[in-house]
Amino acid sequence: MRRQTTRIRTFVAAAMLAGFAGTAALPALAQQSAPPTTTPTTAPNPTADSVNEDMLFKQGPKIGGRISIPDQKAANLIQPQGREWRGFHETWMPWIGAAAILGMVALLGLFYFTRGRIRMEHSEESGRKILRFNGFERFTHWMTATCFIILALSGLNYIFGKRLLMPVIGPDAFATLSQWAKYAHVYLAWPFMLGIVFMFVVWLRDNIPNRIDLQWIKAGGGFIGKGHPHAERFNAGQKVVFWMVAGFGTAMGVTGLMMLFPFAATDINGMQIMQGIHSLIGVAFIAAILAHIYIGSLGMEGAYDAMGSGKVDLAWARAHHDLWVEKEQARTASGPQLRTHHAPAE
Amino acid sequence: MARMKFLCDADRCIECNACVTACKNEHEVPWGINRRRVVTLNDGKPGERSVSMACMHCTDAPCASVCPVNCFYTTADAVVLHSKDLCIGCGYCFYACPFGAPQYPRVGNFGSRGKMDKCTYCAGGPEPDLSTIEYEKYGSNRLAEGKLPLCAEMCSTKALLAGDGEMIAQIYKERVIKRGYGSGAWGWKTAYRETVAI
Repeated sequence: MRRQTTRIRTFVAAAMLAGFAGTAALPALAQQSAPPTTTPTTAPNPTADSVNEDMLFKQGPKIGGRISIPDQKAANLIQPQGREWRGFHETWMPWIGAAAILGMVALLGLFYFTRGRIRMEHSEESGRKILRFNGFERFTHWMTATCFIILALSGLNYIFGKRLLMPVIGPDAFATLSQWAKYAHVYLAWPFMLGIVFMFVVWLRDNIPNRIDLQWIKAGGGFIGKGHPHAERFNAGQKVVFWMVAGFGTAMGVTGLMMLFPFAATDINGMQIMQGIHSLIGVAFIAAILAHIYIGSLGMEGAYDAMGSGKVDLAWARAHHDLWVEKEQARTASGPQLRTHHAPAE
Repeated sequence: MARMKFLCDADRCIECNACVTACKNEHEVPWGINRRRVVTLNDGKPGERSVSMACMHCTDAPCASVCPVNCFYTTADAVVLHSKDLCIGCGYCFYACPFGAPQYPRVGNFGSRGKMDKCTYCAGGPEPDLSTIEYEKYGSNRLAEGKLPLCAEMCSTKALLAGDGEMIAQIYKERVIKRGYGSGAWGWKTAYRETVAI
């Protein structure tokens, strides 16, 4: 067996040698037989066939090539998309941002002056308290909220700072302020993202949409309508806020990380798109949270206590979250109980 | 006053990278930053060309427009410069620049990129001309000495031209007419919204 393979190997080697000799001899023959004076017509003309900008832009939106320095990102020669991003950021974004935020402020102002503050309705349960949010829930909320406010202000500074603040305080003071704002934006993004995760985990269970929400919306909710439709721990409006925060928070986190770690996941055009999404969702997020702040403080009497002390007035809780109060009282049997209910089997 | 521009005659550029090296040495540019670079297009194929590229000192510069702290300014020679004292290292100019000119001492580090650095057209920065502080932040100021950017001055094939836009366009036009071909003034359409008509 071994002997046979050795023989085959020798044969193959011999055949290869013969082949090499043959191919080596061919060009020599060709050179001898070719006419010496004619120039090759099929070979490319090194001067006239050069690449040019228009041709390369027809092949793709960017022009890039090979580069001999270690920074391979520099191999990108021209990306005219930078001008498009600039057009978006400087012509559209200030107007979109102003419209979203001032529009929401105007809307809330209009609501306040027509509907007024939603007052607490008193009942025989007034004055008694029920725990709505425990210490961890409040900590998570306020950690995220504090970060959000600073992130929102420092984020708006990127768009409006040079237009509104810089003429007032001068370029040097504004640059110092913006530098700190930028550090705050970059570093507070981390506790903010952590807060989004915490809030999602803690409140997900109570925010699954169900049939009660449909009826709540049909009845116009507590915000617009007159009565108090049934609601569990969170009504449909609050569930919308929860899912908005979870969705927008995730989007802001992902797009922000793309910019914090340049070229980690996207190229330059990807980062331009990420910045566009980040700023558009950012102003929408700010507008939505303005409404959340309004209803949780000025807009509704008794609502702030839920996140302030954590304990809300039982009359308020019964009016706004009747199903939750019933469940809570049945579960803990510790809160103040007036009516007797059939405790659901657990 | 002149309207300073760069023009790279790609039919002459031999990708020797001397402009890159000269720039780094003249301005003591930090490690990792290249104010000028040479990109080879269609490498190894027929019609291959190399283009030396840096900040083009655009007309209506996108970097200056998007800067959130307005740290850019344009000199009387139409050179686009910036103040490293005002720069916050946000990266916007890098997104906006069509030529990848703005660079930062650090890439990641949670986005604390440090102060942006780019080609100054050998014209320094906002500090007093030819001062030590200007040199430390922006490199040498050859324009203040009456000299043109070193990259173009020492280009061995005179592929890279620097100077008044009309003058260098004229030189390029004459070359193209004489030799009968030219791959165009790279980046001019994007930077200056015009091209060298021949």
